[in-house]
Amino acid sequence: MKIDLYERIWAGGVVVMLALFFGSIAVGAVGRNQHPPSHIETIDPTAVMSDARFATQGVRVDDQGQVHVWIVGLTFVWLPSELVIPADTPITFHVTSVDVTHGFSIVRTNGQTMVLPGYVSQFTTKFAEGEYLIACNEYCGLGHHDMAATLQVVPRDQWLAGNDATADLPVSDPMGLAPQTAEGSHARH
Amino acid sequence: MRGTSRLILANIWVAVLAFGAAAAMALMQALSRANLQVPLQSARMYYMSVTAHGVLMALVFTTFFIMALGYAVAEQENGEIRWPKFAWAAFGLGVVGVALAAWAILTFRASVLYTFYPPLQAHPAFYIGLTLVVVASWGWCASIIASWREARQKNPGKPVSLAMHATTANAMLWLLATVGVAAEMLLQLIPWSLGLVDRIDPLLARTLFWFFGHPLVYFWLLPAYAIWYAVIPREAGGKLFSEPLARMVFALFLILSTPVGLHHQFQDPGISASWKLFHTFNTMAVSFPSLLTAFTVVASLEIAGRLRGGTGLFGWIRKLPWGNPVVSSVLLAGLMFMVGGFGGAVNAAYTLNSVVHNTAWIAAHFHLTVGTAAALTFMGGCYWLVPKVSGRELELNLLAKVQPYLWFLGMICFSFTGHIAGLMGLPRRVFMTSFGGSPQALAWEGLTTVSAIGGVLLFASAGFFVLVMLGTLLAGKRIPKEPLVWAEPLEVPVGGFHSTVWDRLGVWFVVAVVLAAIAYVGPLYEILQLERFGSPGFKPF
Repeated sequence: MKIDLYERIWAGGVVVMLALFFGSIAVGAVGRNQHPPSHIETIDPTAVMSDARFATQGVRVDDQGQVHVWIVGLTFVWLPSELVIPADTPITFHVTSVDVTHGFSIVRTNGQTMVLPGYVSQFTTKFAEGEYLIACNEYCGLGHHDMAATLQVVPRDQWLAGNDATADLPVSDPMGLAPQTAEGSHARH
Repeated sequence: MRGTSRLILANIWVAVLAFGAAAAMALMQALSRANLQVPLQSARMYYMSVTAHGVLMALVFTTFFIMALGYAVAEQENGEIRWPKFAWAAFGLGVVGVALAAWAILTFRASVLYTFYPPLQAHPAFYIGLTLVVVASWGWCASIIASWREARQKNPGKPVSLAMHATTANAMLWLLATVGVAAEMLLQLIPWSLGLVDRIDPLLARTLFWFFGHPLVYFWLLPAYAIWYAVIPREAGGKLFSEPLARMVFALFLILSTPVGLHHQFQDPGISASWKLFHTFNTMAVSFPSLLTAFTVVASLEIAGRLRGGTGLFGWIRKLPWGNPVVSSVLLAGLMFMVGGFGGAVNAAYTLNSVVHNTAWIAAHFHLTVGTAAALTFMGGCYWLVPKVSGRELELNLLAKVQPYLWFLGMICFSFTGHIAGLMGLPRRVFMTSFGGSPQALAWEGLTTVSAIGGVLLFASAGFFVLVMLGTLLAGKRIPKEPLVWAEPLEVPVGGFHSTVWDRLGVWFVVAVVLAAIAYVGPLYEILQLERFGSPGFKPF
């Protein structure tokens, strides 16, 4: 099969470009442990509210001082509908659904995950101070566009005082996360 | 053959009518997204119409046009298609399927969107109707593959035409891809919607859907590429730059388009990151043949431009027949596809996907790929194919000339703003974008207005296309029917081309099955191993 010289040059250039694309992704994934939310855990969607972790939704600090947020999606609200979390602190979100599939999206950040009934979604990230909109980004029925919550990210001191917490929150995090900002996840590193 | 012409035109009719109905649905959505008042406006109407738009455009318009084009290619190859009665039966089954699904959608029984993710539960007629459309398309695949075999046997050692090669690769790709959606329909959705089983696993359903959903993209694109390679160089007054490489391109699409579906499920729980990364790699690989296509098509256009007297580095571009709607629709489709292709690389980029997943960016992206690269090429393809097959002159020529430019302009307004709004977090598929007056939502306002203007332009363009088609099919001046003539390759070796390894599509089909198995056995096993509770059905629409 005869292939023109220009075609060979082009094809070679394309291979180099694609290798760079994949290489940069692989470096992030393997070298810096950056992955999309891929937590594997199932839960009976009809028994979520009797699961101790999800029965009371909201922000909780575990024994190690790690901040967790427990969220339940149902048509057409996120429970709880208002969250207050400390800034510049790694936060682990746990989300599940008691009815249809939802999309948990913290607008203008890369904090998002699909929420499937029967599965627990999980991701960890951190935020700069500000007010964020949490939207549902997967169609879930006639009220889909109204399914929203707010996320208040306040200074750590203020959050600790407000929560009457004495926990020593970790400042640095092993993943080296850049904080999300309300102006876009790429805005500050 | 007269009979085949009628079969081709019957498929074109369904495609055009579905397209017209789907375009009307889209106008209302665009205005609604800009928070403008529209008659009959309600969330219920909006989500019904999004479902209708997606199903009629992405599944009905495309599939029926692709079947029409495929029959025309096969008839040109052999003088007739194989198993014509079977092909007619398949057409009838497809029409029944469309009617069933359309009834369920238009009576508000199936507002589950064209991705129909359970546990949203539609009326069984919706699932059964779509399944019949898929079964009908298998009839088309059988007729195409049988015609291809006949052509190969008649001329041993000689390759079939490039158009036939592309059509056959597409039929094989489609047979493999539809295994996923058929399994989802038959094993999960239909029994569950009929009440035979109580619960359904949404993750398994999504995985089977996207086994089908990404090769679906190539099922749309390959016929467009066939037109770009085999029709446009000649229509533009030139020759095809490189035929042998084009044959390799279609074989590569056949093997690489299926083991990539998890890049639609990056944000899903229940699937290991390592499988997602593997599919990312495959996705990068499948853009290789697309980028080769870009080179060959542009090189062929350059030949045309220079043969028409164009000189200098870029002078040939001006000399191309921009006034011929067959050519201009493909030129504009190709320009938009360059943007859409790179946007697709962002979607497929594993972690970067977290920024754009399920935002307006995604809808904007595939309106450049399927909505322009494929759909605008299909419209140009209709202007080229319908007069030849029907023996009727193209009517309303002025509208046909303007139509591709209107589409291009409308898509710039719609899609570019959608990409930006998506980066700013606007979710896709929302009836209203105000989110209770959230400051972050306010920032989308101007963008959705420009997007709505784009929607109006696109609707006008779609209306022009439908008028041209109706005028031609119903009242076009009678002319002699013409055979389809394919673009000549720039260089033909002495004694003509010989069949190469890339022409052996049967072998590549087996490779495709093996690759799909490697990519999917692992994640499916992982899902099936879990203690899965399943979910009952919900109808919040």
